[in-house]
Amino acid sequence: MTAGEGITPVVMPKWGLSMKEGKVVDWLVADGDDIAVGTELMDVETDKINGTVEAPDAGRLRRLVAEEGQTYPVKALLGVLADESVSDADIDAFIASYVVPVEEEESDEDVYAFAEVGGIKVRYSRQGSTDGKTVVLLHGFGGDLDNWLFNMGPLAAVADVVALDLPGHGQSAVTLPEASVEALTGFVSAFLDGLGVEQAHLVGHSLGAAVAAQLALDQPERVAGLVLVAPAGFGPEINMDYIDGFVGAASKKDLKPVLAQLFADESLVTRSLIDGVLRYKRLDGVGDLLAALAAGVFPDGRQASQPGLDLDPGRLPVTVVWGSDDQVIPVAHADAVPDGATVVVLEKAGHMVQMERAGEVNELLLAQLG
Amino acid sequence: MARTITMREAVNEALDQEMARDPSVVLMGEDIVGGAGSPGEDDAWGGVLGVTKGLYAKYGRERLLDTPLSESAYIGAAIGAATCGLRPVAELMFIDFMGVCFDQIYNQAAKFRYMFGGKAETPVTIRAMVGAGFRAAAQHSQMLTPLFTHIPGLKVVCPSTPYDTKGLLAAAIRDNDPVIFCEHKAMYDMSGDVPEGTYTIPLGEAEVVREGNDCTIVAYGLMVHRALEAAQALSTESISCEVIDLRTLSPLDLDTVLESVESTGRLVCVDEATPRCNIAADVSAQVTQQAFSALQAGIQMVTAPHTPVPFSPVLEDAYIPSAAKVASAVRRTMGKE
Repeated sequence: MTAGEGITPVVMPKWGLSMKEGKVVDWLVADGDDIAVGTELMDVETDKINGTVEAPDAGRLRRLVAEEGQTYPVKALLGVLADESVSDADIDAFIASYVVPVEEEESDEDVYAFAEVGGIKVRYSRQGSTDGKTVVLLHGFGGDLDNWLFNMGPLAAVADVVALDLPGHGQSAVTLPEASVEALTGFVSAFLDGLGVEQAHLVGHSLGAAVAAQLALDQPERVAGLVLVAPAGFGPEINMDYIDGFVGAASKKDLKPVLAQLFADESLVTRSLIDGVLRYKRLDGVGDLLAALAAGVFPDGRQASQPGLDLDPGRLPVTVVWGSDDQVIPVAHADAVPDGATVVVLEKAGHMVQMERAGEVNELLLAQLG
Repeated sequence: MARTITMREAVNEALDQEMARDPSVVLMGEDIVGGAGSPGEDDAWGGVLGVTKGLYAKYGRERLLDTPLSESAYIGAAIGAATCGLRPVAELMFIDFMGVCFDQIYNQAAKFRYMFGGKAETPVTIRAMVGAGFRAAAQHSQMLTPLFTHIPGLKVVCPSTPYDTKGLLAAAIRDNDPVIFCEHKAMYDMSGDVPEGTYTIPLGEAEVVREGNDCTIVAYGLMVHRALEAAQALSTESISCEVIDLRTLSPLDLDTVLESVESTGRLVCVDEATPRCNIAADVSAQVTQQAFSALQAGIQMVTAPHTPVPFSPVLEDAYIPSAAKVASAVRRTMGKE
């Protein structure tokens, strides 16, 4: 019998490309609890984001290794799941012999790359195996590829995952092809041409979901499936207080209540999250660009394009995920999703569903990939 | 996530990018090119600590002026050029040398907008190295930020990170008033994440760099790092400190300080400058006047002693406020020392 047989370690996850360590805030379960897949085990705080570690597997929680308040490196052993047949001695031996796998030193060059599309410099990240299915992640208005930090890892385990900073966002050039869903769609299409991606599953969040849907309408052969998260493009309403607040906020103080509207749980709006957004917003030209983009895609406070309504889920698989407490795009739009799509509304989740409820969203993503 | 560069590189990049975006930005200073008038290699120096190195190759003699060793002449020239349409950035090497060109700064540059009824603007930035810890003795080590903060009409900036350095220097250069931009010489090699693109950080905006409940620590420049070190050490004693980096000393973002003191009820002001009439004394006085009822303890100040900066390394190290002294001051506000 090899050491650790029947034992499932619970380890510090790696959320996002830059995470090195995380602090265990508190355990949400107790020693001896029976754990199901996806059970929330503990809250973890990183310098970037706060999140919840979910059980990777089912089993009895036999040992709480991590201490609350302590910081552990990525992949450090936090707890042990094992069924009754495993002896305490074996568990002790497993813990004693556990070695944190050496994290390959990843530099920015390893995880990010830049391409030029139509004269616009665009930052992207490509992870996973390139011989699997390709999944393309499209963030929303004012977002960047780090909006997918809880999703890229699990997807990369089974697929070829590409996330990009849309033009004028993140670390891509502060330039827009044109301020419309159609122009952004053309840009994404040209970006995929450049990478040689012929067909992909598109995952879009918010405005990025409208872009994904538009691409599926424009080039049906290119899109193998759609997962649309808190999507734009299914109705005219949009919370312009949020959009205008985001565009106008010039300080942390202004930005904090705006970003709080993105989450059902406001404690997820960490200093680091606000800092990151403010750093982006302070770049020369970003304020004007976002104002122009908002005026283009949300003229008169309404969504100009509703490509989602024209989707045909009979032709390609469509999954729509919405948070019940979305304060940016009303969850009522879920009723307008064409028949045949899988529609999931997660209770007590806000607009950033893929961050706030990463585990459930990842399951839906993996289910769609098959 | 962004790339990591040093504070020295952040200054260089801000100058480079501002020169690229605005042809009226010119640089002046002693040895900022190096070799002028000598048979030596052009761009040999890039300033006394190499901050402007490489810019000569890009922008040439037209826009980088290697000046004679005469601060009174070239600081005056920079100020005059600013009133006539250029946007000069003058490097004054050590802030300690301000004495010889002080009329130009405090009686001319600082007064033009006021005395010409707003019709004259003086968009000049004067960069100078400040601070001790460089073993450069009493005439090259002072923290003279209070002198300039004292004078209406001047803006005074003293950043603590590469990110802030780049954004604040860009803001200073684009600002239409004279700005004294203080770079701590002991921090040039400090690294941090800095975006490649251009950006500005508004002058007059403090930054809460650490949140806490028990005591507010106000600092700027190198002292921000001492304050953070103290806050980290105190967290193991269950004392939670909020640390505010003033970043700009004039105009002063007192609101951020007051808001913090309203919630913590305690204040420690840290300043590398000598104690009489310094930034710590100024902030303490204003908080006492405006938020006395919020204070649960007397305000503590941690500053250099009222002496010149010693040349002896041992004495110089003792001269600069340490994290231990900051922590001790915080404990005093808590009645724990």
